[in-house]
Amino acid sequence: MKNKTKFLAILFACLLSSLMNAAAQDVETILNKVRAKLETVNDYEAVGEMKTNISFLKTANATVTVFFKRPNKLKIKNEQGISLVPKGSVSLSLNNLVSGKYQIIDGGKEKINGKEVAVIKLLPTDETTDVVLSTLYIDVESMLVVRARTTTRDNGTNELEMSYGRYAANALPDRVVFSFNTQEYKLPKGVTFDYDDGSAKKKTAETAKDKKGKIEIVYRTYKINKGIADAVFK
Amino acid sequence: MWQLLKIELFKIFRKPRTYISFGAIAAMVLIVQVALKFDGRSYVEFILGSLQESLEIPFDKILNGYFICFVILNLLLIHIPLLIALVAGDAVAGEANMGTLRLLVTKPVSRTQLMLAKFLATTVYTAMLLAWMAFLSLLLSVLIFGTNDMIVARNDVVEVIQRNDVVWRYFAAFGYATVALTTVAALAFLLSVFAENSIGPIVSTISIVIVFTILSEMQIPMYDRTVKPYLFTSHMLAWKAFFYLKTDEDGTSIRGTIQNLPAIMRSLAILLAYIGLFLGTAILVFRKKDILT
Repeated sequence: MKNKTKFLAILFACLLSSLMNAAAQDVETILNKVRAKLETVNDYEAVGEMKTNISFLKTANATVTVFFKRPNKLKIKNEQGISLVPKGSVSLSLNNLVSGKYQIIDGGKEKINGKEVAVIKLLPTDETTDVVLSTLYIDVESMLVVRARTTTRDNGTNELEMSYGRYAANALPDRVVFSFNTQEYKLPKGVTFDYDDGSAKKKTAETAKDKKGKIEIVYRTYKINKGIADAVFK
Repeated sequence: MWQLLKIELFKIFRKPRTYISFGAIAAMVLIVQVALKFDGRSYVEFILGSLQESLEIPFDKILNGYFICFVILNLLLIHIPLLIALVAGDAVAGEANMGTLRLLVTKPVSRTQLMLAKFLATTVYTAMLLAWMAFLSLLLSVLIFGTNDMIVARNDVVEVIQRNDVVWRYFAAFGYATVALTTVAALAFLLSVFAENSIGPIVSTISIVIVFTILSEMQIPMYDRTVKPYLFTSHMLAWKAFFYLKTDEDGTSIRGTIQNLPAIMRSLAILLAYIGLFLGTAILVFRKKDILT
């Protein structure tokens, strides 16, 4: 009787272990497929329309050029004028998130916009990197990352939402929404000598509440794997 | 009237002290431009430094002619009233001091016409001073620093104005500033009627402007509701509102718009009312004045 119980316990443990192993292999397979898609792109130069939504910043939509070069170089440039871009914008490229060495954790399944997505958490093995944790939400049908949440040491947690279209084969999104943390902006009135037109007080209250910023880029064109000089990223 | 105006303008521009103002403005503008040319980054860091942790600040692009001009106007438009008072305070009191006022009123022109001509000449001087300032601070800055989008740092908001949406705002701002400084000129002109030499009205005007400016800038709720809305110095700053843009529901700036145009128009009306009040009182007092000098 005792032997039978022992045998059953061992069998159960083996089953559980193989199931867990299979799940781990499963998420690793998904991640590898995503990575394979991303690795078809060595560099790109994308032109798009950027919309900035930061509580203390009043700016118009701008045409920007986004440059990317493997392994982790990314630059947003506004050739026509001035755009204040978030410091953590390097996360705008998924290549930067999935390259490097990680411990992969299965985060289960979730639904985004009615579609089932696999949740995969990536813990960097290198403790010196700025990224502490990345969570990827992957559409397993298309093997595309539709959402990525990254926690960094210096810039807090930022989130990336992507929708795909013409460049889905290269895992390059048509539209990206990047949410990030911002600092509060305040200058003494004795320095600015502002004109009080009556709308200032309402604005201050709104500004104080919201410390999250958001930029949205709708890409018009991509030039993929045409080569980009390193000087562009300086 | 035209002849009278020409005579008054001749009197103003004959005096060396008139050119002190032009020289002082040129010196101040050049000092600021040289400082920002060599250490402008420190200034931008000072005003946008708190954003550096979360945003990438393109310092080189921000330091352009439009931004520099705004910095100069911000620094100088508070001090220009002193230069305006130098001439406006001398308009009537200077004649009294020199003993030419009695001779002047014996001419076959009404006292009202005489006062209007003097005030118009002072207004022309004010407009010329502003035009000189616009030339130096805008045109010269654009030549030295180039153009780009313009950053306006407010107390709790940063405005980014597209470069092709800037110039008309400066024209409007300089136009408004001319009215604002004419209010100071009208005050000095009024005080000038009561004095026998120009020192009194000049110092009095400067003192009033300083006290009112302090009251306008103090953040004390009691003054905010009672005193501040009626001080002309509170409304003199409305030139800045031409650089405050309207936004849509998403917070995106709308090109070619002004955040609160009715507020600017209200301030403009208040300043015009002050000019009317000061000038009207000056004419009224002068008409009844017993001129002994």
